[in-house]
Amino acid sequence: MTSVLESLNRGLHAAFADERVYLIGEDLLDPYGGAFKVSRGLSSQYPDRVWTSPVSEAAIAGVGAGMALRGLRPVVELMFGDFSTLIADQLINSITKFPAMFNGAANVPVVIRTPMGGRRGYGPTHSQTLEKLYLGVPGLRVLAPNTLSEPGELLRRAILEQNVPVLFIENKVLYPKQILDSAALADFEIQVSPGEFAPTHTLRLKGAPAPRLTLTAYGYMADLAREALTQLAFQHELFCELVVPTQLAPLPAAGTLEPALQDSLQRSGRLLTVEEGTYSLGWGAEQLARAAQQLGGRLQAARRVAAAEAPIPAARNLEDAALPSVEDIVSAAREMV
Amino acid sequence: MHTDAALYKQLATIRQFEETVLDAFPKGAFYGTTHTYIGQEANAAGVLAHLNDGDIVFSNHRCHGHFLAYGGDARALFAELMGKATGVCGGIGGSQHLHWKSFYSNGVLGSTAPIAVGAALAEKRKGSQAVTVLFLGDGAMGEGVVYESLNIASLWAAPILFVVENNHIAQTTPTELAMAGSLAGRFTAFNIPAVELDSSDVREINTAAKQEFAQLRAAPGPRTLILHTARFGPHSKGDDTRDPAFIEQLRAIRDPLAIHGARLQAAERATIDAEVNSAIAAAYTKAAADPLP
Repeated sequence: MTSVLESLNRGLHAAFADERVYLIGEDLLDPYGGAFKVSRGLSSQYPDRVWTSPVSEAAIAGVGAGMALRGLRPVVELMFGDFSTLIADQLINSITKFPAMFNGAANVPVVIRTPMGGRRGYGPTHSQTLEKLYLGVPGLRVLAPNTLSEPGELLRRAILEQNVPVLFIENKVLYPKQILDSAALADFEIQVSPGEFAPTHTLRLKGAPAPRLTLTAYGYMADLAREALTQLAFQHELFCELVVPTQLAPLPAAGTLEPALQDSLQRSGRLLTVEEGTYSLGWGAEQLARAAQQLGGRLQAARRVAAAEAPIPAARNLEDAALPSVEDIVSAAREMV
Repeated sequence: MHTDAALYKQLATIRQFEETVLDAFPKGAFYGTTHTYIGQEANAAGVLAHLNDGDIVFSNHRCHGHFLAYGGDARALFAELMGKATGVCGGIGGSQHLHWKSFYSNGVLGSTAPIAVGAALAEKRKGSQAVTVLFLGDGAMGEGVVYESLNIASLWAAPILFVVENNHIAQTTPTELAMAGSLAGRFTAFNIPAVELDSSDVREINTAAKQEFAQLRAAPGPRTLILHTARFGPHSKGDDTRDPAFIEQLRAIRDPLAIHGARLQAAERATIDAEVNSAIAAAYTKAAADPLP
């Protein structure tokens, strides 16, 4: 079994086989190896290509952009996703803009990795789920790995195989989780979107009747949604499908749903989105809007489960109350059918 | 080192280009806005005369002069300002956002600093010998990311020349209302050597830049050239709040074309002026006839 952390670490090591790959970030050097240890071992093996940086998020994002412009494959590690606000100008006004505004004559293939999310008691500035701020920025690919496929392989490919800037969101609760093998997923029938750079998984319980509801979630929320799907089936005889994308942005052409989600909704007619970001104006809202546009009157019910619209409290009970839980998903689903 | 005639031709080309832009704007030839380089021509011409093939230039919103001195084409620049398909960036970038060969500009002050440092470090890692030049204005010195970038450039010995063009006014705000302490001190605090020059003489700037480039190529690590200069034109199109008499005074004593042009024979200068005027007029006419994207 491999944890998400080990997988990401292996993915980085694999990417470093290409001499164009550099890693820049704070506290990266061994024996520390980065605050969450994703970068452990790299500075020992590649001391010339792992640059531990000052606490200067905007500058290291820009340095990565400059290196990418000049043909290298830099990876920038932000210690906490909360600090992505410090690189917003670099991301929105340079990194993602150069390819288009320079009329296709410049590429900026920088990968910016960052842990995101709560449930660790880190309090208001180290627990947020901010990726929705960057969804919809033209030219930016936003990826969020999960336990259904190899996060490290997704990271390796994002670093080496694409010419677009990537924001790579790692939910920090996922790090110790095991990547699910076929035994762990034995109860499920799984479809994987074919031919996509970033896979989308559709899960349903083996032998289940036609689904009455589609759940969609990404990152760590996909684990909670899968647990909720199981409870709904076994305790409430409410059968669902779960659609888990790894690419949050860009979405398909304006107004259209991801094909896997569209397919599932054709079967279920009801959509419940689950996210750890705050409730309004976010990823789930966009999915629901597209579902309404594409299904029209055939969309029988639509709801969101998301975080409270407030800073994440440090106190455990308050943090738990602010973030979506399996119970929240189960109760929302039951109210929809 | 360029000859006096070649340097003068660059000054005249930039001046004529920019005056054409300001003349044509009210006639509706261009869309949007622009920030001209009139008065500062000697900086671009003096500094960029020392570029080798492959060297990198990062410029800012006031980029036309840098682009032309880098070797950029006047017709392609006019076309870019006009939003034509033949523009430097196909009409998508407009006046402030240019990329051609290893020339890049962007419109957010100071935002290019870390990117330029990253480009310089990339070239160093690749062993290419290319150096990077970053043009900053005094207005950009208020942005925090510039100082993050100076710190990193110094720590990691980026082969980069920071060129600060202090025209003493950021849009309408005089530098003394925006900048505390010493301009050079902001660089030397990071162990980045800074040479200061208060001149509109392209020869003086050229000589100072020559030394900076020689040292940069000999011992890669960041260096700074601070050029105190004078902008004769408005910030953008017609937004100058300064006393016209003050600007006339600046023109009388700080005009790079007058200062350097006086070194040429009158006939030679007239010939260059005529060539430049004709070339710029032709570039404008061609760009105006170019297709939309």
